Amino acid sequence: MKLVQISVFLENKKGRLFEVCSLLGKEKINIRALSVAESEEFGILRMVVDNPAKAVAVLKKKGFVANLTDIVAVEVEDNPGGLASVLAVFSKNDINVEYMYGFVEKFSQKAILVFRFDDADKAIRVLTRNKISIIGKKDIGNL
Amino acid sequence: MIWNEKMECMEADQMNQIQSARLKETVSYIYKSCPLYKKKLDAQGVAPGDIRGIEDISRLPFTSKDDLRDSYPFGLFSQPPKEIAEIHVSSGTTGNPTVVGYTKDDIRLWSEVMARAFACAGAMPKDMIQIAYGYGLFTGGLGAHYGALEMGLTIIPASSGQTKRQLKIMHDFKPRILACTPSYCLYMAEEAREMGLDPKKSSWEIGVFGAEPWSEPMRKEIEATWNILATDIYGLSEIIGPGVAQECTFKKGLHIFWDVFYPEVINQRTLKHAKDGETGELVITTLTKRGIPLLRYRTRDIVSISYERCRCGRSTPRISKIQGRTDDMIIVRGINVFPSQIEHVLLGIEGTKPHYQLVVDRKAGKLDELEVLVEVEQKIFSDEIKQLRMLEEKIAREIESVLGIFVKVKLVEPKTIERSEGKAKRVVDKRAG
Repeated sequence: MKLVQISVFLENKKGRLFEVCSLLGKEKINIRALSVAESEEFGILRMVVDNPAKAVAVLKKKGFVANLTDIVAVEVEDNPGGLASVLAVFSKNDINVEYMYGFVEKFSQKAILVFRFDDADKAIRVLTRNKISIIGKKDIGNL
Repeated sequence: MIWNEKMECMEADQMNQIQSARLKETVSYIYKSCPLYKKKLDAQGVAPGDIRGIEDISRLPFTSKDDLRDSYPFGLFSQPPKEIAEIHVSSGTTGNPTVVGYTKDDIRLWSEVMARAFACAGAMPKDMIQIAYGYGLFTGGLGAHYGALEMGLTIIPASSGQTKRQLKIMHDFKPRILACTPSYCLYMAEEAREMGLDPKKSSWEIGVFGAEPWSEPMRKEIEATWNILATDIYGLSEIIGPGVAQECTFKKGLHIFWDVFYPEVINQRTLKHAKDGETGELVITTLTKRGIPLLRYRTRDIVSISYERCRCGRSTPRISKIQGRTDDMIIVRGINVFPSQIEHVLLGIEGTKPHYQLVVDRKAGKLDELEVLVEVEQKIFSDEIKQLRMLEEKIAREIESVLGIFVKVKLVEPKTIERSEGKAKRVVDKRAG
C-alpha cells in the first residue's frame, strides 16, 4: 500500500524550515517522518504527516510550493543489518530507489523506512512477495 | 472601428503634406516660445525657415531625457506654467524627475489619440472599461481616462492596486475592457485563483496593456490565462503618455498616430536613419503639441518600423513591440543583455512563468557575473533534487545559447521576487559603487 509524502520547495534561508513546521503545528498536523534534501541554493523538505491533503492546502495558502508524491513505508527490525536485508531484496529484483529516509519508532523495536521508487507498484509486489511489512494509512496515524 | 478614419487611413503623400505643414509650424512656434530650444536650434545652425517640409526633419537637433532633467522643472515648456492645464511627473531612478505639461488643447489631443487607441484595440462606444493603470502623476490612468471619456465608454476608474477589489468589480460589473500593465494583469491571475475565481471566465474580452515592455510569449500566456485579446499600447509621458501607438486586433505591430507623433528609427551609433525593418532607437517629434512640444525626442526604446498598409485598413506605420530599452539594457562582459531576451527563454521552457530577475555583480578583480533568479511554480516543482537541478541547467544552457555568456540560474520560492503592482523590477545591478 502506498502512502503520500509532502514535498516542499525551500530556499536555503534562515527560518524557512521553522516556518513550515510551526505552520503545520498550528493546524494540528502531526509530522511522522521528515527529511531535507539540499543542493547549494535550495532544499526539498519531505515529510510524512497524518493529514497530507490538509497540510498541502495550508502550505499552498501561505505561498509555498508543495506537492504530493507516492511513497512506500516499510517496517524492519531495528538491529544491525535491518536495512541491508530490505535493500538486498530490491537489488535482486532490479528495483530502483530514487531516495529514502528512515526513522525509529518509539515504542516498538521497529525502524520505519520511507522509500521513493520510480515504480512503486512493482516495489510493493516484490515487498509483499518477500513478506516485508508495509505500513498503511491507518498505521501512520497510530505510530 | 476606426476612430479617425481621415487621419488613420490617409494616403502617404497626402499625409506628408500635413506633416510638413505641421512640422514647419511647430519649429517656428518652439523657436519663438522656448528660449532653451531657440539656443539648441541656433547651436545647430538651423533657423525655422530652413525647414521646408518633413524631409528636413533630420536637420533638427535631437532632444534627450537629459535635456528634460537638466531644465527641470519647466525649462523645455513652450508655455508659461499659468497656461498649462495639467502637469504630470514621471519618477526618475537617478536625478530629477521628468516633468511634462499639457495645455487644454494638448489634453484634447491626448483624448483623441487614446480614443483612437481603444477603437484600434477593438473597443466600441458604450463598452465598459476598467482602468487599472495608476491615477495621479503617472500618465497611465488619466490618459486612459480621457480617451475612454472621449470615446463614450463607461469608465471604472479603479486605478492600480487593491487587487481583490479589482477582481470583485470585474466579477460583479462585467467590464469588457481592461487597461493595465501586463505584469499586473498576470499578478491579478494569481490573486484570482487564490480567491477561487477562474481567470478564464472573466468578463474582460480585450486588454490594453502597456507602460512596460512585454514579449510575444507573455502575450500568449496572458491570453491563455484570461481568455482575452491582449493588445499592446505604447506611449511615454514626454510625448503625451499612453496613446502614441496601439496594436489593432491583427496584432501585427503598433499603429503610430503619425499625423501628430512623427516617428523615425535611428541607428544608435551613427544616429542615421535605420533601414526599413531594421531595429534602432525610436525618435519622435510631436507635430501639434503646445505645452511641451519636443523635436526628435530620443525615446530610448528599441523598435523596427514598417510602412506597409495593415489589413485593418489603417495606413499608419507600425512599430514593432518594444525590443528593449537602451537604458534597460545591461552590458555584461561587453555583451548587450535585454531582460526581454531572458523572458523569451523562460517562457519557451514549459511551465515557467516570467517571474524573474537579473542580478549583475562584479566581485573585486573578477569578471561580471549574471545571475537569473526564477520563481519555482507549482507545475515545475519536483520532489527530486535532480529534476530541479536539470531545470536550472536547462534554463542556463538556453540563456547561454541566446546571449553567448554563462549565467547562473537560481530557483527561488514563489512571490519572493519584488513585483510592484505597477512595473516589474527585472534588473538589479550591484556593480555600481
